[in-house]
Amino acid sequence: MESSLTELGWLTVPLAVLSGAIRVGTPFLFVSLGECLTERSGRINISLEGTLVMGAMTGYGTAYLTGSPWLGVLAAACAGALLGGMHSLLCSRPGVDHIAAGIALMLFATGIAFFFGKPLIQPRAPQLPDLPLGFWSDLNVVQANLRINPLFVIGVLVAPVMWWAFNNTRWGLYLRTVGDSAEAARALGLGVNGTRAMATMIGGFFAGIGGAFLSLSYPGIWNEGLSSGQGLMAVVLVIFARWHPVRCLWAALLFGGASALAPALQSVGISSGYHLITAAPYLLTLILMIVTSSPERSLRGAPAELALNRTD
Amino acid sequence: MDAFGARTDGLAGRRRRPFLIRSAANAALAEAILIPIAAVGVAFVLFGLFLAVVGSPPLEVFSSIYRGAFGTWFSWQNTLVRAAPLMLVALCTTIPAQLGLVVIGGDGAVLLGGLMAALCGLVLAGAPAAVGLAVMAACAAVVGAGWIGLVGALRHYRGVNETISSLLFTYLAVSVFRHLVQGPLRDPETQNYPGTYPIDPAFAIGEIPSTNIHWGLAAGIVACIAIWIVIKRTPFGQAMRVVGGNPRAARIAGLPVGLLTVAACALGGAFAGLAGFFEVSAVIGRANSALYAHYGLSAVLVSFVARHNAAAVIPAAIAVGGIRAAGGLVQRAHGLPDATVMVFEGIVFLVVLWSASWYGRTPLSRMAADGK
Repeated sequence: MESSLTELGWLTVPLAVLSGAIRVGTPFLFVSLGECLTERSGRINISLEGTLVMGAMTGYGTAYLTGSPWLGVLAAACAGALLGGMHSLLCSRPGVDHIAAGIALMLFATGIAFFFGKPLIQPRAPQLPDLPLGFWSDLNVVQANLRINPLFVIGVLVAPVMWWAFNNTRWGLYLRTVGDSAEAARALGLGVNGTRAMATMIGGFFAGIGGAFLSLSYPGIWNEGLSSGQGLMAVVLVIFARWHPVRCLWAALLFGGASALAPALQSVGISSGYHLITAAPYLLTLILMIVTSSPERSLRGAPAELALNRTD
Repeated sequence: MDAFGARTDGLAGRRRRPFLIRSAANAALAEAILIPIAAVGVAFVLFGLFLAVVGSPPLEVFSSIYRGAFGTWFSWQNTLVRAAPLMLVALCTTIPAQLGLVVIGGDGAVLLGGLMAALCGLVLAGAPAAVGLAVMAACAAVVGAGWIGLVGALRHYRGVNETISSLLFTYLAVSVFRHLVQGPLRDPETQNYPGTYPIDPAFAIGEIPSTNIHWGLAAGIVACIAIWIVIKRTPFGQAMRVVGGNPRAARIAGLPVGLLTVAACALGGAFAGLAGFFEVSAVIGRANSALYAHYGLSAVLVSFVARHNAAAVIPAAIAVGGIRAAGGLVQRAHGLPDATVMVFEGIVFLVVLWSASWYGRTPLSRMAADGK
């Protein structure tokens, strides 16, 4: 970073934050899109941390064995969908708490991923190629910081498509009906559990892709400390995004950016308050929840069937 | 219902049915005992299938798990040491659960309670051990109580969902903890593993005589039993359960719902903070990131599989502690990865949670219902 300072001066910081926001934010983006879809159907899936780890392991292993990182992404997504299926199987039973089921599934998926991932810690799997979006600049630092992963681009495209689909397709209408009133959905003859199962599986599919990003792009390795709570925070991001897929994109960039700001500041010699900066988005979300909730109605804008939305 | 069921039996002069299904209450009791056993059995079958698929002999691994968890006094101690923090942190979920709240943020209270205990230990260096320990434990409990109590207050006065806010609170606690431990409070000699300065060795709480188990276990067991009595036998516990059953009815009956919410959360948080104190005083000797051992989420599940019954938290925590204690032996004896017991723990949790849907739907309760 010393040489880059001489080329761009303090501009390095915003540039590094931007590229860091994209890098750190991509798994956030996928888990939050997946969680958003699931929660719109009225169910909360808190197990996406396990899905992320499982996706990372499956993706890495598949890429290593087949030599194709894209097959790895696909395998990771399918593993995520499978875990989503397990979650909906559990949650469709009466008397099973969604939060507890999610935590248990998270432990289970993490255990499975560590179990089968043990032999994958050493070998190197082929990585997803970056898109050189900094080609227009002569500066190395610009080129280096604007090498964007194709998965991020896919996520950016998925967000508005999902938003459009919520509002303009039959499936979107079904999903929202089930999420806002299971009773109304039943009266219309919609299968509540089936719709939720589908939403949870597709949600898991996206979260699995987020996991593949971790092991196949950034940091681009597989080990047991790969995910540091990004999946658990999906629930928080979706609240921050007020259950809107496009806002999930901004939320992911903000949360990613906050994590990237500290290392960027460190590179120009500011190193105190590192962890407090990283925590800023969480504090912001908490404040947002405090401001927008009221004792009469919890979390305005949330799907009415969501367990989070119940009040006394 | 119990007495009524028994009387109709007698009047009708029918053959007496076996005790277990003589009344709905008996059937419920039988279910409460038999369903967890059946669920653990199913978990063993599923885990056995998993082992068979990956090419390990299931029965031999089961036997290793038993030996590693409960086979010898040594493994029992290993198990109990792991169960102790789980009991205390599980109460952080169990107590608010009486009001119908799902608090999953015990980890944050453990961290901040442990940090506070370490700070008190540093400030009081040289003081008599009893004074130091008492102040450390009290401050840790107060910090934990305040932290989770705030979650309860936000829930009641602002309608902020307690599950999400407690998760966020944990994240904030981690950040504050890391900031302090890696910055202002850091012992420069802790290079790779940043931590505070070590506390006075006199403030190590020590072990239960003739064991290697620290006093946290005794505290955990006493706390679980005490809370069980409080919930079942005191007006406070009764009030909490009324709120959990029907908050509107509770309010109409004049119960102070807000106060109960904050008190239940604070009490739970106090025990989680105490868990942090025991880790610092008895195990680590300072506050560092070893405190952040993710007891919280497993402890949440311990509370759930105990069906939020504080007394049942004790065996549930011991079972989970046992699974973890067996990890090393399973790894050594069978060449399996250390995550094997994690898979088993996950399967057990999943099946036991799934078994929540069996209550009231087993042949037992059907037969009891038919008798009416």
